Amino acid sequence: MRQYLGSAVRFTIVTWLLFGLGYPLLEVGINQVLFPGPANGSLVRLHGQVVGSRLIEQRFTGAAWFHGRPSAVHDDPRSSGGSNLGPLSSKLFRHLMERRQRLERRHPSLVGKRLPADMITSSGSGLDPDISPATAYLQAPWVARARGIPVAIVRRLVTSHIRGPWLGLFGNARVNVLMLNLALQNAEHGR
Amino acid sequence: MTASAFWQIAIVLLVAGGLSVPVGHYLARVFMNERTFLDPVLDPLDRLAYRIIGRETVSVPMTWKGYAVNMLLTNVLMGLLIYLILVWQGALPLNPLHFPDLNPFLAFNTAASFITNTNWQNYGGESTLSLLSQMAAITFPMFTSAATGFVVAIGFFRALASRNGGQDLGNFYRDFVRVLTRVFLLPCLLITPILVWQGSPETLGAMAVAHLVQGGTQHIPMGPVADLEVIKHLGTNGGGFFNANSAHPFENPTPLTNFIETLLMMVTPMALVIAFGRIVGNKKLARVMYSVMALMLVAALVVAVSAEQGGTPLLAHAGLMQHAGHGQAGGNMVGKEVRFGVTQSAIFNTVSTAFTTGTVNSTPDSYTPIGGMVLLVQMMLNCVFGGKGVGALNFLMYGILAVFIAGLMVGRTPEFLGKKIEKREIVLASLALLIHPLIILVPTAWSLIAPYGVSSLGNSGSHGLSEILYAFTSAAANNGSAFAGLNGNTPWYNVSLGLVILFGRYVSIIFMLALGGSLAAKPAVQETVGTLRTDTALFGGFWLATIIVVGALTFFPGLVLGPIAEFFALHAHHMPWGPR
Repeated sequence: MRQYLGSAVRFTIVTWLLFGLGYPLLEVGINQVLFPGPANGSLVRLHGQVVGSRLIEQRFTGAAWFHGRPSAVHDDPRSSGGSNLGPLSSKLFRHLMERRQRLERRHPSLVGKRLPADMITSSGSGLDPDISPATAYLQAPWVARARGIPVAIVRRLVTSHIRGPWLGLFGNARVNVLMLNLALQNAEHGR
Repeated sequence: MTASAFWQIAIVLLVAGGLSVPVGHYLARVFMNERTFLDPVLDPLDRLAYRIIGRETVSVPMTWKGYAVNMLLTNVLMGLLIYLILVWQGALPLNPLHFPDLNPFLAFNTAASFITNTNWQNYGGESTLSLLSQMAAITFPMFTSAATGFVVAIGFFRALASRNGGQDLGNFYRDFVRVLTRVFLLPCLLITPILVWQGSPETLGAMAVAHLVQGGTQHIPMGPVADLEVIKHLGTNGGGFFNANSAHPFENPTPLTNFIETLLMMVTPMALVIAFGRIVGNKKLARVMYSVMALMLVAALVVAVSAEQGGTPLLAHAGLMQHAGHGQAGGNMVGKEVRFGVTQSAIFNTVSTAFTTGTVNSTPDSYTPIGGMVLLVQMMLNCVFGGKGVGALNFLMYGILAVFIAGLMVGRTPEFLGKKIEKREIVLASLALLIHPLIILVPTAWSLIAPYGVSSLGNSGSHGLSEILYAFTSAAANNGSAFAGLNGNTPWYNVSLGLVILFGRYVSIIFMLALGGSLAAKPAVQETVGTLRTDTALFGGFWLATIIVVGALTFFPGLVLGPIAEFFALHAHHMPWGPR
């Protein structure tokens, strides 16, 4: 037992140094060299300034921008998470109806229409950077109107930002809201 | 189920199953101390480790007691180290965001949780832990707890195959080192860069500040995430860097990483069953076990994916599309990410609870009643392949019970792998299995009647009951996933869940090792016509029936009050949102 105690102590320290410090630090070193962009959070820069991360949702308001999904954590990456409301929750139902009514007030064409499943539901991370193509196309007309550019151009922009499922099968087609909005801004400046 | 969902399930199963065969043979070579292709590189590393541990210690042949004592010794020391790092975090280096020390309750819960491969988290990583804690108190036990499970399983397998009365099952430290260097090290080193390439951060910068497009700022925490992700899944650990776990875009940025993480969880526990067959010298028995486990997994996947894709009347009434198509996912997208959609979310969480990883890429609390119940039931059975090592052991416990029951029914002598099953074995197997419902149901009941228990609830009614039942089931099964609406960061839940985690891990492992020792000490009996054969499809069916009957009898009342009641309430016509 005494003999084992010394061994166990030495064993604990060695594995701790190797796997608790050595392995993570080695990987940081390797990946900072190999993939500096993603290794530092896939940050997006505009005129030298960081305007967000390609992988983290940020809030867009007003009709001139595409909107991401509702976030249970107000798009604050310092406390990621979902609403954790159960399938029978009356609070969940209230949230969904409030979001729906807010949309319908601004865009009467949506009244009575079925909405894409992701449009008014909050995500698991609260930071979902994507919306489905259906949600993006649905927003295209009013974004185009607010910016005074033809709908066809906005729709074409959405189409060019769709990333299909991996191997055409795994996961869902998606549109990154930040990248789409930046492209939208760019397109308008270009005109 | 849609055709796309069918193929996604089929391909995940085929790839994992295909990989499990060569990996299983490799594991068997590692555990039987045969040559492997990595020996020239790793042998010097092993020898260095042996020298540090002590040459005498690593050359002592150990009995089951040697394995049990050294498991407890190393785990207590490691647990203590983790606890100290967490309670002194504020004073330690690599804490750029100046997070304070963890309180003793939370630190106890976290240390107990991570040293036992549970990874239940009563904290949000990005708002609680320093970078040092994430590496040295979280990533570190992800390696050692997974290796502990493996080593215990190897010891047990060798006991079943023992021809020396169980006097020499091998050496705990040797096995431990070999598992670390030969099973975990290489995949971790190689797969981390793939995750980084896809978007998972790997940095010592703790926070980026973004000045957003429409004004305002966003503080984006990050750190050494990708390396943690690999061992988190490979070791069936499950504790996330961030609160949202694998739903977080930094932990699981694309469908490709989701696929990789799913496979990492599945392959080694599946391979362990194949290795078992080679170690005990009965491949047919291993095939029966593998088939029964795979059958349970397939059923769980089909039910969970169908339930989530089916959506709910509540979502339909809110005017959401419920069918996939027209460029959207349909179904229940509450708490799910667009890039995974319904199918990849349900597959991931089902695999995570089957293999007792506990990582989630969508919030289980918001699953449909039936989808959530699938997750719960798999943790209650705790042997649908199961976590590192212990899943196979639990399955064998059910097997020993099944042999005994079948023997009684048809009047054969109960034998397993050429050893007579007698009173002592049945008592130990029953204890190892019964501790599980005991430590789930008693604290669940306690929490339901105590004000400090129900005050943590995030949902009311039957879903609230499910939240508490899920928490203790997850803790007892050393899973770690949660119906996260329940606030577990209170003294009551920190301590009670911490204790359940410790009992669920060590008490059952010690009973299992004792059972192994007891079988090893017995003389082998010759197989006769009177022997009940355990390596047949017929017995496999009986094995499955035993698991389901024992599991159902034990947990059915809880399921009726929780998810089943919720299912009927949800589909009833008189709900708060009016008739459909």
